[in-house]
Amino acid sequence: MNQMPTPPDRRELRARYPHIFDRPASARLAMPVVLLLALGIFVFGLVDLDFSPTRLLAGLNQLGWITMMMVPPDPGSSLPIYLKALGETLSIALLGTTLAAVLALPVSLLAARNVVPSAILRFPVRRVFDSIRGVDTLIWALVWINVVGLGPFAGVLAIAVSDFGAFGKLFSEAIEGADRRQVEGIRASGGNALHEIRFGLMPQVLPVIAGQVLYFIESNTRSATIIGIVGAGGIGLQLAEQIRVLEWQKVSFLILMILVAVTAIDWISVKLRFAIIGQRAVA
Amino acid sequence: MPVAVSVLPHQQLAALNAAYREAIARKRLRLTLGAAVFCAALMVAGVGAEVNFQTFFTFFGNFISYFDRILTLDTGARVWTDFGEWFWGFRKWLRFLGETILISYVGTLIGFVLAFAANFFAAENISPAPWLRFVVRRLLEFARTVPGIVFALIFVMAFGLGPMAGVLAIAIHSTGALGKQFSEIVENADMKPVEGVRSTGAGWLSCMRFAVLPQVIAGYASYALLRFEINVREASVMGFVGAGGIGQELVVAIRKFYYSDVSAILVMIVVTVFCIDIGTGWVRGRLFGKEART
Repeated sequence: MNQMPTPPDRRELRARYPHIFDRPASARLAMPVVLLLALGIFVFGLVDLDFSPTRLLAGLNQLGWITMMMVPPDPGSSLPIYLKALGETLSIALLGTTLAAVLALPVSLLAARNVVPSAILRFPVRRVFDSIRGVDTLIWALVWINVVGLGPFAGVLAIAVSDFGAFGKLFSEAIEGADRRQVEGIRASGGNALHEIRFGLMPQVLPVIAGQVLYFIESNTRSATIIGIVGAGGIGLQLAEQIRVLEWQKVSFLILMILVAVTAIDWISVKLRFAIIGQRAVA
Repeated sequence: MPVAVSVLPHQQLAALNAAYREAIARKRLRLTLGAAVFCAALMVAGVGAEVNFQTFFTFFGNFISYFDRILTLDTGARVWTDFGEWFWGFRKWLRFLGETILISYVGTLIGFVLAFAANFFAAENISPAPWLRFVVRRLLEFARTVPGIVFALIFVMAFGLGPMAGVLAIAIHSTGALGKQFSEIVENADMKPVEGVRSTGAGWLSCMRFAVLPQVIAGYASYALLRFEINVREASVMGFVGAGGIGQELVVAIRKFYYSDVSAILVMIVVTVFCIDIGTGWVRGRLFGKEART
């Protein structure tokens, strides 16, 4: 038993595993080439976007200075205004998401394969959803400001429109994932198409949708905080203003408020989702 | 074919019926209460957000006509009748779009590198020290929760106007988001290879390189590509606060009511986002097979 295993002969190994030792040049070169290409674009980007060490250092210096100015966070005398703005932000998120969900539910039926079998009908609806999603919430906010004027209402409508696109896609996917047997059961007992949707699809789909809506309320709290930067109400308006007038203590206080609010909403939404759909689907 | 439905004796049926009704009633009560609370919250929110249906209905026509106007050229003709006139600034906008993509590319790559460095300290199973894990996790959380455009606003103040601020803002936000996703991948990694490498006497660094990295690198690349896709959208609005990219042109066009320009730029953004979506989807499919497309 004290015999050492003989060291394998290189040549023999080479002969036995040709696919490891003699990989074609294309396979061996692929990785370095891709990495080099990525690095090349990166360097080109740095040059094209005016990165220079001096600018970076000066900026970092400035940034350090700003950070120093930020402590301690202090709202000054504007705390009531900020609290009101925060309430506005939460309202925008809640209303916008609800509005989007209510509008998207019927339309998403049109984009679901098991409700509308015709691809010709489904295709344009899907493309509309896609196009709406391709445009950022902030852009929609700018558009709505042109329509209903500055203020939180524009924010509500902006979030409603941009979420309409996202919900349409998610809902139609949820509907397509539903079990067909229940729908067939309704049809077998003599129900018409509306009955099928109401009693066959909806009971399966609604919990999933409720979970998604809650998740979006949560993520829209984040969107609603920034929507004010373009003038559509909420805490972002205050934040952008205070940054422009260099009131760094107020800025850091506002950022802290946003962090606390987002964390709180996260927590509530996770609890609610637990309650609605159980732990399994939260992940 | 006649089917005999067995009918239970009356008493038994009544008891079952009562139990059923009670259960349904309880469920309905809960639903009604939930709906009432939700409606109340909506009402409060409606007041808070200054919802005004009168404005809405008065101006809803504006929304429709806005789209009518952005699809009309200055000459009064529809935009698609004269592409040359509609996309008069095509070259300029294309350059800005290129800048937007470059911003998100450079930002994503910097974020990737930082998140890569951070995630080995943030993951529960491989972090060298608990306090380090705690600190890194809080930092990542902070970077993730503060919206990218807020960073951009602050960076514009520090680094001056221009794409640099946008890149750094996107880099920081990506670091936060990717760091979390990466450390989750690492936490799901198989620890047996790590034990194998360690048993040969390797240090922590070698364990990471030869046992963990081969398992996780594909997942990392997949998430990074997804993040790049998200960042292109994000970078398209960075210009709103002066942080470079196509957003600058768009905000000027919207604010100054250059209607046909708005639609032209929007079309270009949407098409670009489509192409990037399809492109990254294709790359992910090529790199990792179908199952990695989450």
